[in-house]
Amino acid sequence: MSTSNAAVPLLACENLTRRFGGLAAVQNVSLALHPQQLHAVIGTNGAGKSTLINMLSGEMPPSEGRVLLGGLDISGWPQHRRARAGLGRSYQRTTVFPEFSVFENCRLAAQAAHARPWAFWERADTCAISGPIAQRALKAAGLADVATVRSGTLSHGQKRQLEIAMCLATEPRVLLLDEPLAGMGSEETERMLQLLARLKQHHAVLLVEHDMDAVFRVADCITVMVNGQVIASDTPEAIRANPEVQTAYLGEDQTAPAGVEQPH
Amino acid sequence: MTAPRHLIVPALAVLALLLLPLGLTPYTTDLVLKIMVLAIFALSLELLVGMTGLVSLGHAAFFGIGAYMVVVASPEWEAGNLAVVIAAGVGAAAGYALVVGALSLRTQGVYFIMVTLAFAQMAYFLFHDTQLFGGSDGIFLNVRPVLGPLDTGDKGQMYYGVVGALAFTYALLALLRRSRFGHALAGIRVNEQRMRAAGFNTYFYKLAAFVIAGALAGLAGTLLAIKDGMVNPELLSWHESGAVLLMIILGGLGHLRGAVLGAAAFTLLKELYATPGLVGDFLASHWQLTLGFTIIAFVALLPKGLIGLFERLRGAKP
Amino acid sequence: MDLATFLVQCLNAVQYGLLLFLVASGLTLIFGIMGVINLAHGSFYMAGAYLAFGLAPLFGDNFLVMLLAGVLLSALFGYLLEWVFFSYLYEREHLQQVLMTYALILVFEEVRSILVGNDVHGVPTPPWLSGTIPLGELMTYPVYRLFASAACIAVGVALYLVVNKTRLGMMIRAGASNRDMVRGLGINIRHLYRIVFAGGVALAALAGMIAAPMSSVYPGMGGHVLIISFVVVVIGGIGSISGALVASLLVGFVDTFGKVFFAEYSGIGIYLLMAIVLVWRPQGLMSKGY
Repeated sequence: MSTSNAAVPLLACENLTRRFGGLAAVQNVSLALHPQQLHAVIGTNGAGKSTLINMLSGEMPPSEGRVLLGGLDISGWPQHRRARAGLGRSYQRTTVFPEFSVFENCRLAAQAAHARPWAFWERADTCAISGPIAQRALKAAGLADVATVRSGTLSHGQKRQLEIAMCLATEPRVLLLDEPLAGMGSEETERMLQLLARLKQHHAVLLVEHDMDAVFRVADCITVMVNGQVIASDTPEAIRANPEVQTAYLGEDQTAPAGVEQPH
Repeated sequence: MTAPRHLIVPALAVLALLLLPLGLTPYTTDLVLKIMVLAIFALSLELLVGMTGLVSLGHAAFFGIGAYMVVVASPEWEAGNLAVVIAAGVGAAAGYALVVGALSLRTQGVYFIMVTLAFAQMAYFLFHDTQLFGGSDGIFLNVRPVLGPLDTGDKGQMYYGVVGALAFTYALLALLRRSRFGHALAGIRVNEQRMRAAGFNTYFYKLAAFVIAGALAGLAGTLLAIKDGMVNPELLSWHESGAVLLMIILGGLGHLRGAVLGAAAFTLLKELYATPGLVGDFLASHWQLTLGFTIIAFVALLPKGLIGLFERLRGAKP
Repeated sequence: MDLATFLVQCLNAVQYGLLLFLVASGLTLIFGIMGVINLAHGSFYMAGAYLAFGLAPLFGDNFLVMLLAGVLLSALFGYLLEWVFFSYLYEREHLQQVLMTYALILVFEEVRSILVGNDVHGVPTPPWLSGTIPLGELMTYPVYRLFASAACIAVGVALYLVVNKTRLGMMIRAGASNRDMVRGLGINIRHLYRIVFAGGVALAALAGMIAAPMSSVYPGMGGHVLIISFVVVVIGGIGSISGALVASLLVGFVDTFGKVFFAEYSGIGIYLLMAIVLVWRPQGLMSKGY
C-alpha cells in the first residue's frame, strides 16, 4: 500500500462492524487514509459500502470498532461535530438545496464552521467570511460561472459537481465521496475525474465508486469489499492482478448505466 | 432589488394602521386591534413552520401562558408595571418553550406534531383543571398596567402600542430571515441531514427557533390580556393552536406578510360566518360548519394561500 | 390504601387502558398503513357514543346487537368517508393533513350539534349488565366495567388474529412496512386502504359505544380522547399495535392512580409519562421506526 508519509493516518477505522438484527452489513473493516491520497472502495451491490461511509461520517453508529480522525477517537461524535473537525461528505443521491442559488448552497455549507448566529442584524448573503470560501469552493469545482443560477435547474452532472463544491466549502481535510460519478455521461465523468485529481493534491479522499475505469485512473489505493468484508486492499496494479478480486468481479467491469441508482 | 423598495409596502401598511382609528367605529377599531394581536401570534408561528419547517400543533400554550402572566404579575387592584408584566409573559412563555422544545425536538415529523399538541394540552390542564390560576372560569385583569406616562387603559395608547409591537415583530423576523441564522433555518427546512453533514448542530438551531417563536407568541398573549382585561384557559386550547396554524396557511406559508394577511382573513371570516345578517340564522349559529368547509376547500384548491393566489393572478398577466 | 381499593383501582386502570387501546389501535393502524395523521379520529369515538345514545331506545335490552349494528354502521361510514375524503389526503404533506382533518372535526362537531344538540346525555346500562359483583367484604365492582374490559380484550384478540393470521392481515402488515411494494404486487391498494380505514373508524366508534354508559355523552369527548390517544401512539410507537396496547395500559394506570393520589393535578400525569419516554426512547417503546 503506497503511503505518502508514515505518520498518523488522517482518517482510519479499526474493525468497524455494523449489524442489523442478525445480518452483518459491514464486518471487521479496517482502513487508513493519508493526505494527498485517494483511496477507493469498490464492491458489488450489497457489499456494505454505503453503510461503511455512513459509519465514517457519523450518521450511523457502529456495532463494533472505532473511527479515528488524525489519531483521535471520534467513534462517539455526532456527524456535525465530525464535519466541523474536517470530515466532509458528499452523497450518492443529490442533496443540494434546489430553491437556493448555487452560490448560496456553498455559502450555507461554508457558514457552518463560521456561524455567528447571534449577529442577526447582519445579512447572510453578504457575509464576509462564508462568501469568499464559497467562491473558492465553486471555482475549485468548476462552477464559478453558474453561481447565481437556482441549483434546482442545473443539469445532473452540474448538481453532482455542486455536491462536491458544498463538501469543499466546509474546508475539510478529508473528503468522503459517495458515488460522485453516479448517472454521469462520459464528458461529465471526464470533468469530474480531473476535479478528483486536483482534490487529491490538498485533501485525503475516500471514494466509493462503481465505475471501474474511473477508479483505476485516479486511485492510489483500492479496497475491495464483498458481503461486508474486505477481501483485498492494495495498489491498483495489485488489485487488478488479484485472483479473488477477479472472481468477485467476473464480467463486472462495466460502469453503472447512467441514471440508475445502485443500491448497496 | 434594493432594500428600500422592500420597505415601501410595510411602511404604507403601518401608516394605514396608524390612521385607521380616525375613520372607523370603535367596534371596528377593536376588531383591527384584535387582528394585529393575532398577527403577532401568527408571525411567531411562521418562524417555526414557514421558516424552519417545524409543524407545531401546540403553539397556543405559549400564547396563553403569556396572557396569564400579565394577570398573575399584576397586583389585584392597582395598575401593574407594563414592562414587568410583559417581561413576565414573554419570559414565562419562552421558559416553557425551552422545556417543550428540548423534549419535542428529540422527535420528528408526525411525532413532533403529536408531542407539541400533548405538551400544550398539559399546560391547558394546569390552567383549566387546577385552582392555581383560577380554574376554568379564568381570571380578570382589574386594572390595566402602566409604565410612566404610558397607560394601556387608554384605548388610543393601547392601539398605537400594538401597532408598534406588530411593526417590531415583523421587522425582527424580517431581519432574522435574511441573517445567517435565518438562512440556516431555511437550510434545515429544506434538508436537515445536509445541514448536519456540513457541520451545523441542527438541534440547537431548531431549539432556538422554537424558543424565539414561543417568546413572540407570549408577547402576543400579553397584549391580548391587556386588551381584553381577562384571560381564560381556552387561550391554550388546541382549537386556538389549530386556528393559528390555519391563519398562516390561509395567508400563505413562507411569507411574513402571509401571516399578517392570514390573521386578518381568518378573523374576518369568523366574523362573517357568525353574522346572521350576512349568512342567515342557521349558518350563523353553526358557523364552524362553514368554516370547516372553507378550510377544506382552501387547502385543497389554494395550498399556497392568499399570497399564492395574488402571485398567480399577477403572473397570469402577459 | 387497602387491598380491595387497590384492586378496584387496578381494574379501573385496566378498563380505561383497554378502551384507549381500541381507539389508539385504530389511529396507529391508519397512520402506519396509510401515512395519514387524522385529527378527526376522536370524532369517531364521539360519534360512537352519540350513536349509542341514539340507538339505545331502538334496541332496548339487546345491547350486543346494538353494538354490532353500531360497528357495521360506523364501518360503512368509514368506508364512504375514506372514498370521498381521506383517499385524497395520502400523498399530501402532514401539515395539509392536519388542517384538513382539523376542518373535518369542525364539520363533525357542527353536524352533531345540528342533529342532537349540545346537551350532555346519558346512556342507560343494559339491565343484564347493571349489577355489581362483590370484591372482598366491603367493596363491589360494577359488572358493566368488567364487561367493557372483556369486550375490549375480545376485540383485541380478534384484531391480533386478523392482523397476524389472515391474508388480509398479511397484506396490512406488508402495507405497513412497504407501501410501494404492496402496490407493485398488484394488491388492490385502494380497497385495502378503504377496509383498514373503515376498521379504524369502527374500532374508535365501538370504544365510544362501550364507554357511553360509563361516562356521559358530551360534546368535548372527541377532543379529549384524541389527544390522549396521540400520547399513547407516541409512547408506544407508530404502527405498532402491541406498542399501543402496552402504552394504553401504562396510560390507564398512570391516569387512574394519578387521580387517586394527586386529584386535580392528575391530568398532567400522562404528559409527564410521555416526557419521560421522550427523554429515554424518543422513537417510542416498540416502534417500527417511522
